[in-house]
Amino acid sequence: MVIRGEVIRYGDDVNTDVIFPGRYLAITDPEEMAEHAMEDLDPDFHEKIKRRRIIVAGKNFGCGSSREQAATCLKYAGVEAIVAKSFARIFYRNAINQGLPIIESEEAAEDIDEGDDVEIDTKKGLIKNLTKDHEYLFHPLPPFIQEIIDAGGLINSLRKRISSSR
Amino acid sequence: MGETIAEKILARAAGKKKVDAGDIVDASVDLAMSHDNAALVSKVFKEIGVSRVWDPSRIVIVLDHRVPANTIKAAEAHKSIREFVGEQGIKHFYDVGVGICHQVLPEKGFVRPGMLVVGTDSHTTTYGAFGVFSTGIGATEMAGVWATGKLWLKVPETFRMIVNGKLPYMVAAKDVILHIIGEIGADGANYKAIEFYGETIDDFSVASRMTVSNQAMEAGAKAAIVPPDEKTIGYVKERTSKEVKSVFADEDAEYEKTFEFDVSDLEPQIACPHTVDNVKPVGEVEGLHIDQAVLGSCTNGRVEDLAVAAGILKGKKVAEHVRMIVVPASREVYMDAVKKGYIQVFLEAGATIVNPGCGPCLGAHQGVLAAGERAITSTNRNFKGRMGSTEAEVYLASPATVAVSALKGEIADPREVK
Repeated sequence: MVIRGEVIRYGDDVNTDVIFPGRYLAITDPEEMAEHAMEDLDPDFHEKIKRRRIIVAGKNFGCGSSREQAATCLKYAGVEAIVAKSFARIFYRNAINQGLPIIESEEAAEDIDEGDDVEIDTKKGLIKNLTKDHEYLFHPLPPFIQEIIDAGGLINSLRKRISSSR
Repeated sequence: MGETIAEKILARAAGKKKVDAGDIVDASVDLAMSHDNAALVSKVFKEIGVSRVWDPSRIVIVLDHRVPANTIKAAEAHKSIREFVGEQGIKHFYDVGVGICHQVLPEKGFVRPGMLVVGTDSHTTTYGAFGVFSTGIGATEMAGVWATGKLWLKVPETFRMIVNGKLPYMVAAKDVILHIIGEIGADGANYKAIEFYGETIDDFSVASRMTVSNQAMEAGAKAAIVPPDEKTIGYVKERTSKEVKSVFADEDAEYEKTFEFDVSDLEPQIACPHTVDNVKPVGEVEGLHIDQAVLGSCTNGRVEDLAVAAGILKGKKVAEHVRMIVVPASREVYMDAVKKGYIQVFLEAGATIVNPGCGPCLGAHQGVLAAGERAITSTNRNFKGRMGSTEAEVYLASPATVAVSALKGEIADPREVK
């Protein structure tokens, strides 16, 4: 999968509560979740996401609650990939299960600035920063996780598996 | 090379003789817990295309997050869960008022040493206090567990944390774990399992160990395991007749890191806004005006927590400008606290008692903060906006520190209590 777009930048420890506040947890419709994405972190997020589709952040992105809405709301708001120094473990799994590509790269997370134009090749494990003409390598996801993302998330991948075993 | 507790439990769950840290295993889950988010799980489950859950006896659902329903949306979510458990024959369903999931599961005898438990809540690590590998997962993968009984898990590396020393007066489990998080950072144990050892942990009650395993998630831990001892077994055997198979680490188990803490001189600790690792000794924040004091939650809402606070509040009044909210962790805890007279003490002190549940901890209802307000609370998170306005401040502390601060109307040191 190759993803290209401009970058929205955030810092360290962006937690699930600011990505998707607890007061909205009863929402089960993903489009409605998207309306509240980043509500307590960045009031301009919805303006930015109109042109910029890749989030780059510091360490421990998605720390806190297990709420899957944090990954779902970003995906439905239009985020196409997240690059960070590190991710909190439940958010990491949730993003994969939603089919949202997620990349750990300390080097990329340090070097990429707001607005940079980047191209991510998830299979090759390569990020190109076209603005700065820099490249960063990362460990590609294991094949079975890549397969979940390619299927568009865990449910689609399970459906495929179940129908092929019938 | 020997194995850690996490490696042994995951090997058994994956049907393998041995696994190593870093292996990815397809594990059979012993127990799957969900709370109000079972509404989302069941919605996703229906999209998979299987008609029945894999094993209704291994699914436990506890309504605790927005109870009784605080909005029409929450009421509808609860209703959809009741319908789903009816259709699927899920008998272990605890409706509004029974308590917080992480208190209810141990109380009702669902957690036993050596199990693999997953839950759609990050603080599922709480059951680690019983020698269990338990961890939080998302709603979609829980739907997968409901359909197949299985989940992929990466076998984590394990940190060994040794805590020694007799705790000083009015210093408790919450102070110990906040201190540890302050030292290692909010991602200090990210993806890792922790095994806790040492005389302080040995001396801890089951309730105190639950505080440690619960709050350890705030350092990113995937599992936070206290090896079982006679206290664990005593607690479990009172609540279930099922066989208990404790799992211990080998002498020569491989740990990624070993940490040693001496807590004999530890001061009461406070996690300051807006991250749980922003931990300071109480002396550095003493005197800060507070508007609300919250005692409760899955971290510190058990009988021993209420007992400490009641001891401090007995015959006294909470400061006039402070709203003190008490949330017993479960109905069982609540009834015990009534019997022991603690609830009477809280009421006479001017506190508000709310029903068992997650209540103010997640800022959904029962004590939301306004802009500019400051709360001290025995809950587990102090993120921006966690308990209401993004302009409010949340300070995490032990039940003793919460109680004494409520009396003084400002953050105070519980060691002043004679």
